[in-house]
Amino acid sequence: MRANVTREGVLAWLHAYAAAVTENREYLTELDAAIGDADHGSNMDRGMQAVLGRLDGPSAGGAGGVGALLKLAGMTLVSTVGGAAGPLYGTFFLQMGKAAGEAAELPAAQWAAALEAGVQGVQMRGKAVLEDKTMLDALMPAAEALSAAAASGLSLADALERAAAAAERGMKATIPLVARKGRASYLGERSAGHQDPGATSSWLLMQAAAAALTADAPPENPEA
Amino acid sequence: MKKLINRPEDVVKEALEGVAAAHAGRLRVHTDPDYVVRADAPVQGKVALVSGGGSGHEPMHGGFVGMGMLDAACPGEVFTCPTPDQMLAATKAVDGGAGVLHIVKNYTGDVMNFEMAAELAQDEGIEVAQVVIDDDVAVKDSLYTAGRRGVGATVLAEKICGAAAELRRPLAEVAGLCRTVNANARSMGVALTSCTVPMAGKPTFALGADEMEIGVGIHGEPGRERRKLASAHDVVEELATAVVEDLPFSRGEQVLAFVNGLGGTPLMELYVVYNELHKLLEGRGIAITRNLIGSYITSLDMAGCSITLLRLDDELTALWDAPVNTTGLRWGA
Repeated sequence: MRANVTREGVLAWLHAYAAAVTENREYLTELDAAIGDADHGSNMDRGMQAVLGRLDGPSAGGAGGVGALLKLAGMTLVSTVGGAAGPLYGTFFLQMGKAAGEAAELPAAQWAAALEAGVQGVQMRGKAVLEDKTMLDALMPAAEALSAAAASGLSLADALERAAAAAERGMKATIPLVARKGRASYLGERSAGHQDPGATSSWLLMQAAAAALTADAPPENPEA
Repeated sequence: MKKLINRPEDVVKEALEGVAAAHAGRLRVHTDPDYVVRADAPVQGKVALVSGGGSGHEPMHGGFVGMGMLDAACPGEVFTCPTPDQMLAATKAVDGGAGVLHIVKNYTGDVMNFEMAAELAQDEGIEVAQVVIDDDVAVKDSLYTAGRRGVGATVLAEKICGAAAELRRPLAEVAGLCRTVNANARSMGVALTSCTVPMAGKPTFALGADEMEIGVGIHGEPGRERRKLASAHDVVEELATAVVEDLPFSRGEQVLAFVNGLGGTPLMELYVVYNELHKLLEGRGIAITRNLIGSYITSLDMAGCSITLLRLDDELTALWDAPVNTTGLRWGA
C-alpha cells in the first residue's frame, strides 16, 4: 500500500475506472434512459477507452507527474465524451491536475485539496448545487469526507474508503430528488424516483480510487 | 428505418464529404476535428461568427457559412453537441484579429462545451464573446430547469449578426445585437411525426396516426401536450398565440415572420401555415414586414413546423436585407 498518491497510483486509478465504466455501461445507459437521453454509459465508455489509449500511447511518455496525467485524462475526455458529461468530467480532471501541480507524490491532505479543486471545477462548469440531482451529489460528500479524514490523520487508503462510502450515500440520496439541472430537469416531478446516472458514474470513480489509487502497481495492460 | 444512407455511423462524415465536394469554391471542410469555414477565412479585421451543434438540423449550421452570415460551423454527431477542440480549431481558423462571436443554442451540453472552447481560445489570446439563444416558449423558463431551448431565432441571429460583422462593427456591438435579436424573438413548434435518428434506427417517440405534439423540441423532446391533429388554422392559432403573448408582441409593431419546416413537411403546407399566420397577425394589428418560409432548422425527417416572430426596427430590418451568400440562404450577392 502506498502512503502517497503517485503517478503509478493515478494510472492504476484511471485503469480501474475505465474497467468499471465498461462493466457498468449498460447500467449507466439504463439509468440515463429513464430521465435523460440514454447515452451516458456509451459516452463515458468511449471517453475512458480514449484516455487509456493516450495513457498507454507515446504522448503520455515517461515525463510528467500526477498533475500532467490528470490533465491528459481531462483533455481527452473533453474531446471524446461530448454532451454535458465531457466538459464536466473533463473540467474535473483538468482542475485536479492543475491543483496537483508538478509534484511527483501527493500526501493525503494534498490529494484531498486536489479533489476539492476538481469538484469546484464541476460546480463552476455546471452551476449546480447539492441536491440538484447531479454528479455533485456524489462528488461533494466524497471530497468533504476525504478532506476530513486526511485532516484527522487517517491513512490515504482509509481516507479513500471513507470518500467512496460518502459518494455511495450521496448517489443513493439522488433517488427521491427532483432534477434541477440538465435534460432531466425538463421532466420536473417525473424525474423523482430515479437514481441519477451522473452521480452513479461519479460513485464508480470514487470507488475506483479506493480500490486502486494506493495499489503498488497498475493492473496488467491486456494490450501490452 | 428507410433512409438514403450507407452505414448509419458514416452519415455525418459522408454528408460533410458531400458538402466539400459540392461547394469547394465557397467552403472549406476540415475533418478531425470537424468544422466548416468560408473559403476566404480568416477575413482580416472582421468579427468572426462561429456556431455549431448536433447534426440533423441542416441546413443549420453549415448551410449558413459564407459572406454575410457565419464564418465557421462545428457539426457534432446527430443531435450531439460538438466538442471544445472542434470549436477551438474553428475559432482559430476564422479569427481575423477583431474577435470571435460564438452563437450557442441553449442546451446544457452545448453551453458547457462552448464555454470550455471560449476559455481555451482566450488562453491563446483570442477575444471571444458568447451569446446563448433561448427562444422556445414551449418550455417554461424557471430557476428549476435548464431554461428555454434555442430554436428558430438562431437562424435570424446568425443572419443579422453576420451582416453587422460584414460592416466591420466591433465584437461588443455584434454580441449586443445578437442579444437584442434573442430578446425580441419567440418560437414554438409542432410535430406531426417523430424523427428517426440513423444510429437508433427507430422513431425517437411514438405519435399516433391522428396525433400531434404541440411545443416539440428540435431533437424530438416532448412538448406542452399531445393531442388530436387539428386543422392548419387551429394549429397556427395555438402556436402563434403562445408566441405573441409571451413577449408580448403588440398592436402597431412590425415583425419578421419565420415559418420553418422541420424536415418532413412540404413547402406547400408551410405556405398554408404562413397564410393562417398572416391573417392572425393582421387581426391583431401586427404587421409582417419581412418573412422567411422554408426548412432551415430541421429535425431530420420530422413532419411539422415551427413559427418564429422577431420584432423589427429599422436597424434589424436593414441588417436582414443586407447581402448574404451561403448555401442555405442567399440574396443580394
